[in-house]
Amino acid sequence: MQLEERYGLFIGGEWVEPRSGEYQPTVSPATEEPLAEVAYGGAEDVDFAVGAAREAFSNGWSSLPGSERAKYIFRIARVLQERSREFAVLESLDGGKPIRESRDVDVPLAAAHFFYYAGWADKLEYAFPNRRPQPVGVAAQIIPWNFPLLMLAWKVAPALATGNTVVLKPAETTPLTALLFCDVLRQAGLPPGVVNIVTGDGRAGAELVKHPDVDKVAFTGSTEVGKAIQRAIAGTNKKLTLELGGKAANVIFDDAALDQAVEGIVNGIYFNQGHVCCAGSRLLVQESIYEPVIAKLKRRMGTLRVGDPLDKNTDVGAINSKEQLDRIQELVAAGEAEGAEIYQPPCRLPEKGWFFAPTVFTNVAQSYRIAQEEIFGPVLSVLTFRTPEEAVEKANNTAYGLSAGIWTEKGSRILYMASRLRAGVVWGNTFNRFDPASPFGGFKESGFGREGGLQGLEPYLDFEGKPESFGG
Amino acid sequence: MSRLDVRKTYKLYIGGAFPRSESGRTYEIEDANVARASRKDVRDAVRAARAALPEWAGMTAYNRGQVLYRIAEMMEGRRAEFAELSGGEAEVDEAVDTWIWYAGWADKLAQVIGSSNPVAGPYFNFTIPEPTGVVGIVAPEAPPLHGLVSRVAPALVGGNAVVVCASERHPLAAITLAEVLATSDVPGGVVNVLTGRKGELAPVLASHMDVNAIDLAGVEGDRAELEELAAENVKRVVRNGDGHSPWHAAAYLELKTVWHPIGV
Repeated sequence: MQLEERYGLFIGGEWVEPRSGEYQPTVSPATEEPLAEVAYGGAEDVDFAVGAAREAFSNGWSSLPGSERAKYIFRIARVLQERSREFAVLESLDGGKPIRESRDVDVPLAAAHFFYYAGWADKLEYAFPNRRPQPVGVAAQIIPWNFPLLMLAWKVAPALATGNTVVLKPAETTPLTALLFCDVLRQAGLPPGVVNIVTGDGRAGAELVKHPDVDKVAFTGSTEVGKAIQRAIAGTNKKLTLELGGKAANVIFDDAALDQAVEGIVNGIYFNQGHVCCAGSRLLVQESIYEPVIAKLKRRMGTLRVGDPLDKNTDVGAINSKEQLDRIQELVAAGEAEGAEIYQPPCRLPEKGWFFAPTVFTNVAQSYRIAQEEIFGPVLSVLTFRTPEEAVEKANNTAYGLSAGIWTEKGSRILYMASRLRAGVVWGNTFNRFDPASPFGGFKESGFGREGGLQGLEPYLDFEGKPESFGG
Repeated sequence: MSRLDVRKTYKLYIGGAFPRSESGRTYEIEDANVARASRKDVRDAVRAARAALPEWAGMTAYNRGQVLYRIAEMMEGRRAEFAELSGGEAEVDEAVDTWIWYAGWADKLAQVIGSSNPVAGPYFNFTIPEPTGVVGIVAPEAPPLHGLVSRVAPALVGGNAVVVCASERHPLAAITLAEVLATSDVPGGVVNVLTGRKGELAPVLASHMDVNAIDLAGVEGDRAELEELAAENVKRVVRNGDGHSPWHAAAYLELKTVWHPIGV
């Protein structure tokens, strides 16, 4: 794999210089060294990209038979599989996540997502009988830095399967796999303009959201930006899906299989350095097993290897950016100041790069910032409960509602909890599982609309007689 | 000598009771002095809806369907009265039939909107709809009766509690419908009906932090400001559309996906 020194924008099937004239380096968070220069698109670039997407929509893509669209998307899935090693290395290099995760989770799931939605492209009438599904038009898609390629796949695959064209804006700190994806599109022979990639920061995103020729906005990121986007499209007819923040409860009952539960806790919060919107960042432990759970957890935390993302043995990689590291440190300091007890296993962090040791807070009150705010880092807050009712109340005591976990060996209790937890994804005796066939998305301020599964098609379709709403 | 008729005082419907507006205000419309709700009445109505939600959402779908059917039965007996307060008998029939239609959806929505999902691993994975919570509805100005029913029924059927701003120019059908709801086994607070100035009430509803979704179909003119207010707690916003659809009901449903490992 050879990186270019400098990347332009991918518009209308070609690499173009940004009209903004602006380039910024993208940096390896593990070494703080620049990897390449990347264009920062401005208003004119966004307009150009939306125009290319509109032209591709009108001149063929939306009227192409679904079976032909499907074959393009299957090709994309196949090329991703063929080039999976390149993508895994680049994802870890640019974003800081352990290569084991890029290799075993991000890249295979991204390919699977394209494969899954490819199959839908010529079957939409079966998914929505009597509804005459039609593509919406030009989809503006803005994705975060925690799963750059996977989030691209979650956005692009259903949009293409439903006959829309796309302008995608990758996150400013992790543009490289999206740029490499443009080469996949070339190899797949996708018609020019069907997918356009405009790199840049929040300015490009804001321009994209407000562009009058955009029909659909899909955003994954912070709740704060999600709200700003919802305000920005107020009064228009744009459709919207938002996949926003979370503060998930992972609830451990006294009859849980403790060793498995501890693995689930660790996977829930330290997977991808905790840069996961559905991370199990609030641990709710039944009081009677508090001590053994915490003892096992601390012991297990001591075995986590923090360091070089490109080392296959690394469990916890680099924090994605200096800005994010600052935010984690600020919230951890607030946790200590508010009176919570901090524990970090002894581990030597690399001298260069942005790293943060796996952290657990005990003695946490529900009102503490570390129990309320999304930290988006490897920081766990532990609370306790006595009864299932109390667990439900504490778990739901948040403005978020993205995910939740339940650990118990009692089947009826899993279903009791699953039906009362106000969250879009509930994991029983497991955590952080994802699949293209499984709808994902939030309740409350974690957003609306679903990605994945049959339900993930709906946000990209118009229907005859259907009320136009944000949620669907 | 002809008998002098007894007139009805048209009040609000909040938490299963018929209070006057706490503000004491009324406005004259359709030959009556109709309560003119205040922002505090909106807040009281939202509180009543939130309190009523667990019982309504916790009912079996079968039971909820029967309650909606009961509303139709109760309306049927007052067809003549409703015909006078609305566009006539045809509109009343349409409204009654809409309740019947949605009554039948209660225990079918999950089968049409939910799914079991074949994930690539040893997991059982399914998706089910759940009510989003408290739904604010700005009812259309006309038709006064069917317009209201076609917006309220789809929100109710999935287990949500609602706060409705009735038609400002034709509020009597809405308040009379509230009398039907009060005698139809619909738990108090599940539907709350406010009359008054929409321009005054809708922004309070749209910005209320304990309202989960809002139907703006009855807003005449620019809805941009209301949508901006709705963003503060990421409300689900319904903008328009044909009420007669399970997908309308789905606009007020959250999809929950549950995973569990399969093993011995």
